[in-house]
Amino acid sequence: MAERLEAKHSGKTLLAARKIEYPETADPAEVCYERGWTDGLPVTPPTDERVIAMLKGTKRRPHEIVGKIPPFLADCTVEKVAINAVMAGCKPEYMPVLLAALEAALEPVFTLHGVLATTYFSGPIIIVNGPVAKRIGMNSGINVLGQGNRANATIGRALNLIVLNVGGGRPGEADRSTLGAPSKYTLCFAEDESDPEWEPLSVARGFPRGTSAVTLFQGHGPEAFVDQKSRTPEGLTRSFALSLNKMGHDRLTQSARAIVVLSPEHYAIYRESGWDRRRIERALYEATIRPGSELIAGKDGVGEGIPASRAGEMVPKFHEDGLMVVRAGGKAGLFSAILPGWLAGRNRLELQPVSKQIRDN
Amino acid sequence: MWMRDPTAETSAVKRPRRAPPKSLEGLTVGLFDIGKTRTPEFLDRIEKRFNEKGLKTKRVGKPTNAKVATVENLQKISSEVDVILIGLSD
Repeated sequence: MAERLEAKHSGKTLLAARKIEYPETADPAEVCYERGWTDGLPVTPPTDERVIAMLKGTKRRPHEIVGKIPPFLADCTVEKVAINAVMAGCKPEYMPVLLAALEAALEPVFTLHGVLATTYFSGPIIIVNGPVAKRIGMNSGINVLGQGNRANATIGRALNLIVLNVGGGRPGEADRSTLGAPSKYTLCFAEDESDPEWEPLSVARGFPRGTSAVTLFQGHGPEAFVDQKSRTPEGLTRSFALSLNKMGHDRLTQSARAIVVLSPEHYAIYRESGWDRRRIERALYEATIRPGSELIAGKDGVGEGIPASRAGEMVPKFHEDGLMVVRAGGKAGLFSAILPGWLAGRNRLELQPVSKQIRDN
Repeated sequence: MWMRDPTAETSAVKRPRRAPPKSLEGLTVGLFDIGKTRTPEFLDRIEKRFNEKGLKTKRVGKPTNAKVATVENLQKISSEVDVILIGLSD
């Protein structure tokens, strides 16, 4: 009701986005479809009341420009973020997370234009750390990469809607993905920080413990990793390596980064032996180094592979900083997940994950 | 009834395409490498065919497919070639 009154009396001055009028007999959800404003799923029509309510989730001014959104490099105001957040189904308290995610995506080293335009499967993946995740009810547990949690689902969706609507990034136009991926609708989740001995991703990336932060990764997924029999950290690491090496193609090397979403039961195997994040990530990197002779193009009649001149080398699957472990998932199940990164990851320095602090204002 | 526009409120200005040249004779054909791993193989073959027909070619490009070409790079290329062929290696 408050937003309704505010919309009636101050909507004209508070909101700058142009009004799209439609007849009373029209279904507003259908109007959004007809105008090409959706990702294929219905959106919540951005009425003045809803947009004003959404803007209450941030202290940033509606007309402040957050950045230029590719592919058309259009200015995006906080108000446009709020409008798309409404459409995605966000609650106002998600706004600080969404704004931080957008700012991270707009860092040049995230290469959002390339992530959108690539023929590969990738899209922006958002990982949330810190107290904000609990505060807004994000899921880091059972079915974490699946459906059902409003914050997880709508924050990721809102970011993609901003690229679609403000940036003009449409499938089949600037978005040239050969096959796409369901994760291009939304892939956003929180890390499980329930174990005080575990170093959260945000801390590994330079933020003090207890700071809320987002990390943006160019990728898709999930791909399943199943090992119900390994019981030692060494064995489990070698087991992970078998699946990680298959990412994209068994013989593709140093071409992409990856996130390993480590489930509680798999993590327990590492934890019981005192392995921390850095040891796990280093061990996974080392376990995915193989003799070049196994990876030569043309071997066994398979064209893909590395040049024969590298047959005598030991060849890593990843760059040394190419693997990130994130703890998440339900308590039961010796399954973990791999989120493969964009193949352009071979350009290691030009293309990197980006983390940003989430500001409350 | 109304709702707010979620787009950047910019309409694309459609520009008519330049008419293609009637002949490539005497023109320099730019062969643009977008920075994907196997583009050079493709462009080598194309260049050989152009050269066999007596046409002038010039290899141009950008360092990585992960990023768009800079305005400076595009301006430089447009001053060096008359027409351009972009090699996508997929």
